[in-house]
Amino acid sequence: MEYVVMAAKAVVVFALVSGSMPFIVWAERKVMADAQARIGPNRVGPFGILQSFADALKLIFKEDVVPTGIDKRIFYLAPILSIIPALITFAVVPYGGPDLKLFGYPVGYVADLKDVGILYVFAVTTLGVYGIVLAGWASNNKYSLMGALRSSAQMISYEILLGLSIMGVVIGSGSLSLVEIVQAQATPYFGVIPGIWLFAQPLGFLIFLIASLAEANRVPFDLPEAESELVAGFHTEYSSFKFAMFFMAEYINLLTLSGVITTLFLGGWLGPGVDRFPILGVLYFSVKTVALVYFFIWLRATLPRLRYDQLMRFAWKVMLPAALINIFITAYWVAR
Amino acid sequence: MAHPAAPEIRTETMVLNMGPQHPSTHGVLRLVLELDGETIIRCVPHIGYLHTGFENTFEDKTFHQVIPITDRMDYLAPLSNNLAYCLAVEKLLGLEVPERAQYLRVILVELQRIASHLVWLGTHGLDLGAVTPFWHTFRERDMILDLFEGISGVRMMTSHIRIGGLALDILPGWADQLREFLRIFPKRVDDYEGLLTRNRIWVQRTQGIGVLSAADAIALGVSGPVLRASGVAHDLRKAEPYCGYERFDFEVPVGQNGDVYDRYRVRLAEMRQSHRIITQALEGLPEGDFKIRDWRYTLPTRQEIKTSMEALIFHFKFVSEGFSAPVGEVYRPIEGPKGEIGFYIVSDGGRKPWRCRVRPPSFVNLQALPKIAEGRLIADLVAMIGSIDIVLGEVDR
Repeated sequence: MEYVVMAAKAVVVFALVSGSMPFIVWAERKVMADAQARIGPNRVGPFGILQSFADALKLIFKEDVVPTGIDKRIFYLAPILSIIPALITFAVVPYGGPDLKLFGYPVGYVADLKDVGILYVFAVTTLGVYGIVLAGWASNNKYSLMGALRSSAQMISYEILLGLSIMGVVIGSGSLSLVEIVQAQATPYFGVIPGIWLFAQPLGFLIFLIASLAEANRVPFDLPEAESELVAGFHTEYSSFKFAMFFMAEYINLLTLSGVITTLFLGGWLGPGVDRFPILGVLYFSVKTVALVYFFIWLRATLPRLRYDQLMRFAWKVMLPAALINIFITAYWVAR
Repeated sequence: MAHPAAPEIRTETMVLNMGPQHPSTHGVLRLVLELDGETIIRCVPHIGYLHTGFENTFEDKTFHQVIPITDRMDYLAPLSNNLAYCLAVEKLLGLEVPERAQYLRVILVELQRIASHLVWLGTHGLDLGAVTPFWHTFRERDMILDLFEGISGVRMMTSHIRIGGLALDILPGWADQLREFLRIFPKRVDDYEGLLTRNRIWVQRTQGIGVLSAADAIALGVSGPVLRASGVAHDLRKAEPYCGYERFDFEVPVGQNGDVYDRYRVRLAEMRQSHRIITQALEGLPEGDFKIRDWRYTLPTRQEIKTSMEALIFHFKFVSEGFSAPVGEVYRPIEGPKGEIGFYIVSDGGRKPWRCRVRPPSFVNLQALPKIAEGRLIADLVAMIGSIDIVLGEVDR
């Protein structure tokens, strides 16, 4: 029975996550348009909200151009490899507390991996880089190859920062489970300030935020697909639905990372009244996540792109020392 | 230090063909790059993909018919091309243009300079990943295009300057429309600066990139904002004033380092100076004729044609066979948005230019690209192409 519940939850979460992706794309287009003194999509459905569905439909019906001289198996495998990790990360992100029960079963999360939780998140998101590297390699295109090389270097560098920046949170919470990390944020500081890790770990939060921008290939770290230099980077040769899969993976990644940040630093499902009405937790979680997504879109409308070497220098010479200092301070604080 | 016996260790280089279809070569420029990783070892621009044979076409057109063809060279600044050509022909004919026409010409070409710089700023920002300024600059450019439409009826290939003056005088209400633009524009430039000038990423991407020394700039014949960013205060509006530029009070913005950032600063400052010039010209706009009254060299006005037999005959002769120019050769450069643009015209006494050669700023400025690109990263190349602001229609002609 437990497995049935688990499967049901997985299906619902999968549907919600991938179903929200068209709306994120729409929101991005609308927010960007607003920043850029335009109107944005406004033809398909009310406020153009169905624009993404129309685009997806169009992409499916497009001719699937497969260039010659490619490594066919890898070429087909790459988009799949990039979308799967994006989707399965959400399995451990708690969107509602353990009190949120339906027929006696906790439905606030798909799975609570007590021992590995956060490690699972990193293990899976790291897999996403394979999709990009293999796509660039299999395409037999110089621009793709360069995009892939850039992204592998970038993602591996920022992966380390992602790992290091949450060490403070992990030390403070004393757990790797995402549910327990959220629960550790329930006690307010001095009785008034919300106990979320954002306030206790501002440096860690900042580093994690920046690193996740790089992880999701968002501006100002969107070098793997810097269209002004590399045409389209790793997905230059992809068309039709294979392109759509890369596109979807990118936006689902954005959503997933926002969810992870919410969980780790913004108190996940926590909020006023959650202990009495656990269902409110889902609302709080969604609001926080959407706010982060909005923040990422806002950044995209504002910032130019960093250069490749500046990006690497920033990672290794600025962010890495800062993350280490953060760990030392936290460790000292906890051990005191 | 390498062992003397060890061979020099080098990795394999990769030849990358950037363009002619590439998002950031601003047209159909093709660059053959030899890359070591992402570092450019060699950069060879290949041009000619937009070659249209304009100069040869000129030889087959009467002096008047040449004007609309000049629009197509630098299609982002058609009025500047018009003016450069008309000034050269006027010099050949020894014509003196009425004062009102001169003021209006100054207003038009300075608006054109702002429009051209706005396109540059938007696309340059896009190249570096800053997408938002693009829409903002195009919004303001659209106001200028509306003004052009209001005066000539055309938005893109505005061909309004004629030999001896203008095609038409401004219509009632146009000046108010222009005043509205002048009122809004300085705030909008502040907005662009707010988005970019102090943006850490923008500064990192542009400062110290694509440095062109003053000596190199002069040796390569570079002109316009690119030259001035290198610290050479050479502006034909000051050095060899035309259209009465000496009447206006404006400064020539100069950079110090000759890098991409300085070119950005110089162009933004130029937009503010152009705004200053237009304001003065609009205030001091005199009454009078908008073109000379010598119907040999210009079309008689509608009113004249309908009331005077001679004007009708002149009109017929002008349209059917044009006018002949004295034997001689002239060159009269002006300061276009991209640099020195001038027409060298040789006349054998006929009705068509015997030879017409254009000195295009984009073509000459493009020469500087290999000089500043080699040894830099491919990501910087995009910034550098953007910063020298070329229009391929003018490079290839």
